[in-house]
Amino acid sequence: MSSATTTAEAYRTQLRMNRMGLWLFFVSEVFLFGGLLATRFYLWGNTRPELDQSIGLIVTSVLLLSSLSMNLSEKGLEHNNRRLFLGGLVFTFVFGLVFLVGVMVFEWGLFPAFYEGHLTPGENVYGAVVFAMTGMHALHVITGLAFIAIVWNLGRKGSYSPERHWGVESCAIYWHFVDVVWIFFYPALYLIGHVAH
Amino acid sequence: MSLMSLGIVRGFVWQIAGTIIGIVFAVAMRLMMGMSPWATEPVWVVAILFGSMGFLIGVGSMTDWFKWMVGIDTPMRHGPPKGKPAWTRYFGVDYNHKVIGIQYTITAIFMLAVGGAFAIIFRTELARSGLQFLNPGQYNTFIGMHGWAAIFAIFIGIGGMANYLVPLMIGAEDMAFPRLNAFAFWINIPAIVWLLASLYHGWDAGWTLYPLLSTRGEPGFQFVFLSVFLLGFSSILGSLNLIATMLMMRPKGMSLFRMPIFCWGVMGASIIQLTATQFIAQSFLMLSFERTLGMPFFNPDGGGSPLLFQHLFWFYSHPAVYVWVLPGLGVISEILPVFARKPLFGYRWIALSSIAIALVGFLVWGHHMFTSGYANSLRAPFMLATLLVAVPTGVKFFSWLGTLWGGKLTFPTPMLFALGAISVFLLGGLSGPPLALVGSDLFLHDSYFVIGHFHATIFGGFVFPFLAALYFWYPKVTGRMYNETLGKLHFWIMTPAFWMMSVGQMSVGVMGMRRRIADYDPMLGGMTSSGLSAVEIGQTVVTISAFLIAFSILLMIYNLLNSAEVGALAGNNPWRSRSPEWQIPSPAPEHSYATPIRVVGEPYDYGLPGSTYVTMATAGDD
Ligand SMILES: [Cu+2]
Repeated sequence: MSSATTTAEAYRTQLRMNRMGLWLFFVSEVFLFGGLLATRFYLWGNTRPELDQSIGLIVTSVLLLSSLSMNLSEKGLEHNNRRLFLGGLVFTFVFGLVFLVGVMVFEWGLFPAFYEGHLTPGENVYGAVVFAMTGMHALHVITGLAFIAIVWNLGRKGSYSPERHWGVESCAIYWHFVDVVWIFFYPALYLIGHVAH
Repeated sequence: MSLMSLGIVRGFVWQIAGTIIGIVFAVAMRLMMGMSPWATEPVWVVAILFGSMGFLIGVGSMTDWFKWMVGIDTPMRHGPPKGKPAWTRYFGVDYNHKVIGIQYTITAIFMLAVGGAFAIIFRTELARSGLQFLNPGQYNTFIGMHGWAAIFAIFIGIGGMANYLVPLMIGAEDMAFPRLNAFAFWINIPAIVWLLASLYHGWDAGWTLYPLLSTRGEPGFQFVFLSVFLLGFSSILGSLNLIATMLMMRPKGMSLFRMPIFCWGVMGASIIQLTATQFIAQSFLMLSFERTLGMPFFNPDGGGSPLLFQHLFWFYSHPAVYVWVLPGLGVISEILPVFARKPLFGYRWIALSSIAIALVGFLVWGHHMFTSGYANSLRAPFMLATLLVAVPTGVKFFSWLGTLWGGKLTFPTPMLFALGAISVFLLGGLSGPPLALVGSDLFLHDSYFVIGHFHATIFGGFVFPFLAALYFWYPKVTGRMYNETLGKLHFWIMTPAFWMMSVGQMSVGVMGMRRRIADYDPMLGGMTSSGLSAVEIGQTVVTISAFLIAFSILLMIYNLLNSAEVGALAGNNPWRSRSPEWQIPSPAPEHSYATPIRVVGEPYDYGLPGSTYVTMATAGDD
């Protein structure tokens, strides 16, 4: 048994373990976001606040696009296409940032001098839940953006190979997970129920 | 050797620095946004977050991860830190699960003492009616502190047993993610600091922290919310690690149904911790935001609902009780066959009952809310689901009886505590149905009967088994034997005292003593010929019992500390156990298993001639 095969074997073992760890983490996160959804349905029932439908549609589309570019990036690395790998990450980062800015500036009204939001967190139960759900999701988007930036930097330095790139894989899965969460949040916030006045 | 070279000291220094930076940052932000510079609560929230981060960085629990972020590989460290005495590794970040297990256990005993001290204080106050030396605000803060300090002790104690034992029991080199393991332990330290700091402002809503009481009143609440949030974070990461370890790192031949039974208890507990903990973390975060930003999740004035909090809180807090007892019941199942020299009766049934208890536990939270005013139609389903829990729990009792039946019993201290645990858990179990049945709960709810039931459950399911585990694995950890006479003395003081305490609590509850009230009607239960009323006699008995329990625990701490120096050498396997951890030297070496182990038989076939559980692979094997 040469040392090269032992390290390859050790890497595979570690990889299996890492995947298990990441998926267990998602199981846990499902309960976090599930709890927020439960809160929304408990407090709002069959109503929803009046939110800006075009903003909702735009940020949702952009986030879906970011999942696509993330997927292309990962495929790029697997086929040893560095340009596609790094470019895909940059696009994903930009799309993610657009999503974040869309939510924070146009939905939250973070800069009222520039754009007035429709809700404040303290005004009533609609504001509270909108800010809780989008806020918790935004926290995950920010974490994802930091993750992408780190992976991009390491990828630029050549830390990943088509065979060994757990960092890229985990970053991609995490990003897709954050997108999937939004696919549940978007209808819960923007579509389901009639507008309360 | 300078003090600053100890990780924990660096952590505290960084925590103080982080807190100060947080305060400055929050004040600056407020000024920039045109607000008044100081507001106690929002500023402290930021300070707590910064301070906690400071601790985790300062202690060194994230150093490796920061290096990974910039592409520096960090090889696994083994052994005590170079150039420093060996004991220093227990006061800083160490990745060895045995070190982390001991760190958890010592912290748990410390928190047990803290929680006990609060209980002793307000128990003394309660011995007589009227107010002696506490005012109602202090009393309420102390009962809440007793609750949370004890809960910290339990979670950390579970962490201690699981971290030390699970990798050893499955013959693994370490946990699946050693760095995460260390990180998960160290989060608890700032959490404890903030919990203790909450005393300064006080908080008077009891441990359940129901709004609207907890969304008004002293800033102390914020400290508790965030402290519990950190504890929950530790809980989630720790359980993730344990599940991954048990699923991925078992040796050849160890199917899930050939794991030592303690691992099944940990598995059930970890499933709950991994998932349900998110609910309490979220509900406490919502409380914190409701206080800081006025987000009306629970305040009906803004359209919120206080009942939502109770749903979120109990969806976690009921299953949490199973997190506390499942590993403990695992310890009982682990110890009985060793001292009965007989196979464990119905291994598969015990294993599956742990998982069944964990899963059914998710469907019963509403039994805490029979009097809350939720829909009447919810009462019957929650009552029936609750009674269902008795089935898998009953399975465990019958299996223990079956194991003891006809065994060649011996009674050293761990066995005594295991049997004591069964007796106390039985008391907890039998006092449960009156609270699970809607009709009787409407009368007993919020009375001291609940306190009696709850303490019996937790002492039977966690405290007694934890003490049994301390004595049982003490020779494994230290290589020396504790003092058997002192151990037995501990048991024979504590067990009767606990029974008196628990039955006393239930009795005063039936007389009409309510929970969470500093004073009580001195005539509850009527006058007796002794010149004291029935309730005061009951309260006095409970208080004296509490002192006896505290004394016996101090006796144990003395025993364990002293025996580490002067105890007789225990040898590698003093209990003649079949479990893998006893087949290696005691104390366990840095790398537990020199060669991989292989499982070739059933774990608990005690007394069956020619049966083997594990073999150590020799050089010739594959
Ligand atoms: Cu319960």
